[in-house]
Amino acid sequence: MVSTPLSKWKLAAITSAPCGAYMNYAEGLMASNIPTSPQETAVDFQEMGLQDKLLRKPTNQSITRMSVTLQCPGYPEDTLRSLAERLPCRETQLATLLALMGQPDQYSYPSVFIYGHRATGKSHVVLSIMKDLELPHASVDCVECVSSGLLFHQVLSAFFGPDAAALLPRCPSLSDFVRLYKQMSSNSPATQTRYIILDRAERMRDMDFSLLPALLRLQELVNDNVTVILLSEIVWEKFRPNTGCFEPLLFHFPDYSKAELVQILSWDHHPSYTPELYASYINILLGVFFSVCRDLRELRHLAVLNFSKFCEPLEKGEAKESDIHKLWKNIEPHLQRAMQTVYLREVSSVQWEQQQMDEKEATTLRVLSAHAHIELPYYSKFLLIAAYLASFNPARTDRRFFLKSHGKIRKTNFLKKHEKTSNHLLGPKPFPLDRLMAIFYSVVDSRVAPTASIFSQISSLVTLQLLSQVGHDDQLDSPKYKCSVSLDFILAISRTVGFDVVKYLYDFL
Amino acid sequence: MLLDIIKNNIRYGLLPIFRSSKNGIRTSPNISQYYSNLKSRYGNNIDTCNIAQLLAPSIIDLSKTFYCHLGVNVPDHAMTFRSLCNLLQDSVTPFVVSVHAKECNEMLISYLKSFFTLVCQATLTIRIIDLLQKCTQVSPKRKENLAKNDLPVVVIFKDFEAFNSQVLQDFILICSRYTQELPFVFIFGIATSPSAIQHRLPHSVSSLLCIEVFHSLSCTQHLASVFDKLILNSQFPFKLSSRVIQVLVGIFLYHDFSVQNFVKGLQFSMLEHFNSQPLSVLCCQKHEALLSAKILSKQNVERIRHLPSFMRYVETQEPQEQVRLLTNDEHVKEVCQKLLKNLHTYHKNYYPILQCLHSLTSSLPKFPLGKHIRELHVSCIEKNLWETEEYDSALQLLRILAKDELVAALRSCAEILKSANTKRMQNVLQQLEDFLGRLEALQGKSDSVSKMEYQRTDLFQLQKTLLEKESRRTKRMNPFEVLRSQVIDFIDSLVREYLTPAEFQPLNEVCYYSSSGVLRQRLNVTPRTSIQAALTHPFYYLKNESLKTNTGTISSAAPDLCIVYKLHLECGRLINLYDWLEAYVTVMSAAEDQDTNSEECGKFDSLKHARFIQAVSEMEFLGFVKSTKQKTDHVARLTWGGC
Repeated sequence: MVSTPLSKWKLAAITSAPCGAYMNYAEGLMASNIPTSPQETAVDFQEMGLQDKLLRKPTNQSITRMSVTLQCPGYPEDTLRSLAERLPCRETQLATLLALMGQPDQYSYPSVFIYGHRATGKSHVVLSIMKDLELPHASVDCVECVSSGLLFHQVLSAFFGPDAAALLPRCPSLSDFVRLYKQMSSNSPATQTRYIILDRAERMRDMDFSLLPALLRLQELVNDNVTVILLSEIVWEKFRPNTGCFEPLLFHFPDYSKAELVQILSWDHHPSYTPELYASYINILLGVFFSVCRDLRELRHLAVLNFSKFCEPLEKGEAKESDIHKLWKNIEPHLQRAMQTVYLREVSSVQWEQQQMDEKEATTLRVLSAHAHIELPYYSKFLLIAAYLASFNPARTDRRFFLKSHGKIRKTNFLKKHEKTSNHLLGPKPFPLDRLMAIFYSVVDSRVAPTASIFSQISSLVTLQLLSQVGHDDQLDSPKYKCSVSLDFILAISRTVGFDVVKYLYDFL
Repeated sequence: MLLDIIKNNIRYGLLPIFRSSKNGIRTSPNISQYYSNLKSRYGNNIDTCNIAQLLAPSIIDLSKTFYCHLGVNVPDHAMTFRSLCNLLQDSVTPFVVSVHAKECNEMLISYLKSFFTLVCQATLTIRIIDLLQKCTQVSPKRKENLAKNDLPVVVIFKDFEAFNSQVLQDFILICSRYTQELPFVFIFGIATSPSAIQHRLPHSVSSLLCIEVFHSLSCTQHLASVFDKLILNSQFPFKLSSRVIQVLVGIFLYHDFSVQNFVKGLQFSMLEHFNSQPLSVLCCQKHEALLSAKILSKQNVERIRHLPSFMRYVETQEPQEQVRLLTNDEHVKEVCQKLLKNLHTYHKNYYPILQCLHSLTSSLPKFPLGKHIRELHVSCIEKNLWETEEYDSALQLLRILAKDELVAALRSCAEILKSANTKRMQNVLQQLEDFLGRLEALQGKSDSVSKMEYQRTDLFQLQKTLLEKESRRTKRMNPFEVLRSQVIDFIDSLVREYLTPAEFQPLNEVCYYSSSGVLRQRLNVTPRTSIQAALTHPFYYLKNESLKTNTGTISSAAPDLCIVYKLHLECGRLINLYDWLEAYVTVMSAAEDQDTNSEECGKFDSLKHARFIQAVSEMEFLGFVKSTKQKTDHVARLTWGGC
C-alpha cells in the first residue's frame, strides 16, 4: 500500500490545487457527517474510494484484530497499536482521523470540524494522536483566549518557539499573524503537517468576525502545510458566518453506548478484586446513574467513590463475590443517595465518605434544604415580601389588599382578560420603587422611619440576587425591580415573621 | 479640658479614634484591637481555622472549593476574609489573593495577573503569568521549581453572588486545565444559601469542583458573644443605658445584622459620652477614678451636685448632712469617692447574679425573662425587675421545677459564681453550695417515700380525693418542696439585693451613656426628613436669626429654594409653572417694599425669573418635581400630600 487516494489528492494539493477540489471532497464527507453506526461510515468512505479494508470492522472488536486493521503508512506501527489500545471504543474515529491526516509529509485538508457531546473523547483522541505520533501541533483552549492576540501568540510559540511569538506586535491583527507565520515558515518550511487544535471552538464566534473564516483557510493564506482542527460541542450550522466561508470537514463523535461505557469503566478495576466483580459493579452503577448522567468523567468519579462501600460485605465476609444480588441490595440505596447529594455537589467527596462512615440517617438531615439558611434582618424580610407581592399582584389590585375600605370587588369582572391568567405562570413583573415602599409600609406592622438603611437594604437584596433591577443601573429616577425568588422561598420567609403571604396574593384568592 | 479627657481615656484604651494622633501618649491595648482579638477568638474565624487545617495537606486532585456560608451582614465579611487571608498566608501558602466582584467583574484574569505581579516573588510571578497567559512551554528549569513548591494558589471570591457568572465559569474552566501543574483552591463567600452555586454555575462547570461547605456563626450568636465580652463585663467602666442598648440592638436586628456596625455604634456612643459629659473624667478604673475624684475642679463639683441621681441621694440624707453636701466642696469629693466605690462594687456583684438568673430562667418554657441575656440585662437596668409580671411568672415556673433540673441549674450558677471574686459573691456561693448539699442529702430519703397504691376508683371518689389533695397541698409539703421554696426565696432575695436598676445608683451618669435620641439620629439617619426639615425650617441649619419664623408663614428672607418648596406644598399633583412663578414673585416683592398696591407688584424682572428657574431646577434635582408631558407649562409633583 503505497498511497491512499487521499494522499494522491494531497499531492495534487501541493501543486496548488484550486479550491473547488477541496469542495467536492468536503461535500462528499459532509453527506456522511453523522454516521449512525460504524458500518455506515465505512460504506461512505468506500464510495469515496477509500480502502474498505481500513474501516470495515464492528466496534467491539477485539484489540488484537484491531491492531491489524489500523494501518497507516508513515507512522510507526507499534505506536499505532498502543494508541488504539489506549482509546477503547474510539477505534473508528481514530482510524478515520488518521486517514484524513494522511502521511506526515503530505498536505492535509485545511480544516476539520469535530463535534460531539461532552466527554465523548474528542480532545483526548486528537491530542493522543498528536502526542503519540509526535506531530507538530499547537493546542489552544479558546476559553483562555480573551483576545485573538493570545491565540496567535500560542500558535506561534508552539510552532516556532517563544522568540517568534515575541515578534508579534502588542495588539496583533490577523494580518500580522499571517505575515509573521509566512516569514517563519519560509525559514523553516513544514516537513510534516502542522496542526492547530482549537478546543471549545464555539468561543471563537464571540471573537473578531473575520478570525474564524481566516483560520478555516489558513493553509491557503500562509501557503504552508497546516491543518486547523476545531473541537466543539455544538454543530457546525451554529458557526457558519453570514458572509459564507470555506466549509471544513465535519466529523461527529457519537455518545458512548451503555455497553461501551461498561467497557471503558471496567478498565480501572481495583487490583485486589477480579475484573468480573468490578464489571458487575459498573453494571449496577450504570443501572442507577445511566438515566441521569452519561458523562464519562462524572461516572468514573462516582464509580471510584462508591466502590469501597460496594466491597464492604466482601471484606466483612458476609458475602462472596458471586452473590451479586446481595451486593446489589447493599449498594443500591447508597447509590440513590449519592445521586441526590454527590451528583449535585452539595457535599464534597471527602464529606460523602465521612458520612458513609457514620452510617446514619443523619446523612439526609445534613443535606441542607435550600431555604433554611438565609438569614435576613427583619425589615429585609418584609421588603422581600413586599417585592414579591408587587411582582405577582396586578397593580390594580393593590387597593383591594392594602386599603381598609376597598369596597367589594369581584375577581371575575374586575380584571381584564389577560390578567385572569395566573401571574405565577407568567413570572414576576417589574414594579417601581414607590409601589414597593407603599406596600412595605402597609405590610410591616410597626411604624418605620424611611431611613437610609431601609434603602440600602434594597440594594443589598439586589446584590444577593433576591431582587433584580430592571433596566439600567444608572436610572436614578424611579428605578424598577423584579422579585426573583420562588413561592416556596417567600412562604418560608413569611413564616418566620408570622405573616400570611398567601392571603395577600391575588392568584390564591 | 478636652485634651485632659482624651488623655485620661487613652490611658485606658477607650478612645481608639485618637490612637495615633497624639505622639508621646502611651497607647495601651485599645478597644478596637480587643474587638479584633475577640472576633478572631469567638467570631466567624472558627471556620477559618478549619479551612486552614484542611488546606494544610496539599494533595488536591480537583480544584478544591470551599464555600463559606456567611450571613448577609456585608460589612463583617471584609474583616472575616482579611483574617482568613492572613491566616492562610501565615500557615498554608503565601499565594493568597482575594477578589471582590466590583473590582474585577470583567477581567478577572488580568486582575489576578496584575495582583501576582505586584505581590508575589519573581519566580511565582513567572509561574502564574505563564499559566494564566497560557504559555504551555515551560522551560525545564522552571519545571523544577514547579515540582518543588506545589503550594496551592488560593483565590478568595468575597461576594460570590455579585460575580458575573460567565466570567466565573471561564475562570474555573481555565484553572481546571492547570490543576495538574498548580493546585488551585477557591473560597467562595456566599451570603444566601449553598444552592446559589447551582444557580450560578452550570453542571459542566460545577462538576469540576470539589466543594465543601462551611457555615459561619450565625450573626445573633456572634452578637451574643460580643455582648458578653463588652457589655456584660465589669472590666470596662463605660456602660450603656437600657435605651441605648435597645437602639443599638434594634439597628442590628431590624436593619443590617452587622456586628461590626454594632461595635461602631458602641464606639460612637463612647465618643459621644466622653465628649458631651464632662464628668466622664471619673469614668475609668477604680483607683484612677478615686484619684481624679480627689482633684475635681470646682466646676465639676457643681456639676455633680446637679446630677439627678446625686440630688436623689442628697434627699435621702440627714438635714445636717444635706447642708454639708450642698456647701462643702471637700465633703462632696469624699462622698463622691465613697459613691464611686459603691458603684464599682455594684457592677462587680451585678453581672454574676445576672448570669445566674439567666442560667436559671433560660431553660424555662416560653422564656418569660427573654431568650437572650441581653433582654434580661435591659429589663434589669431599666426598672425593678421584681415588680414585673414576667418575673413573677418565671419564679412560679421555678417553683415547680423538678429536682434534677433544679440541681443542674444551681450547679451552673455555682460555676458562674466561682469566677466572681468579691467577698459577697463568695458568701453567696457558700450558701448556694449549702443548698446543693442539702438537696443531695434529700436524694436518699425521697426514694423510700415514693410508693404507690393502685386501686379502682370511681369518678366521685376521684373527685373527692383530688379536692382533698388540693386543700392539703398548702398545709403539708414534702421536704424537697420546702427546700425548693427556700432556694427560690434565696434567689429572689439575691435579685432584689443585687439587680437593682442602674439609674438608682448615685453617680450612674458618670458611667452610663443614655442619650438614645442622639444615637438614633446619628446612626439611623433619615435623609428625606432632614432635607424636608432644612427646607421648611432653614433656621435649623443656617442659624440665621432673620430666618426664625412661625410655622405656616413664608419668610422672604429664606433662600429661594425654601420659598419655592413651601409654595409647591400648596399645589396638587400638577403645578402650573406660571402660577408658581407669580406666587414666588409676590413673596419676593412683599419683602422689597410693603406697598402691595403699587403697580410694580406682580410684575417681575429677569433677575427674579432667573432665580425662580434656578430654584425649580434645584427642586427637580432633589427629586421633588419632574417635568411632564401631560400638560404644557406644568411640572409633576413627586412627593405625596398633594390635595
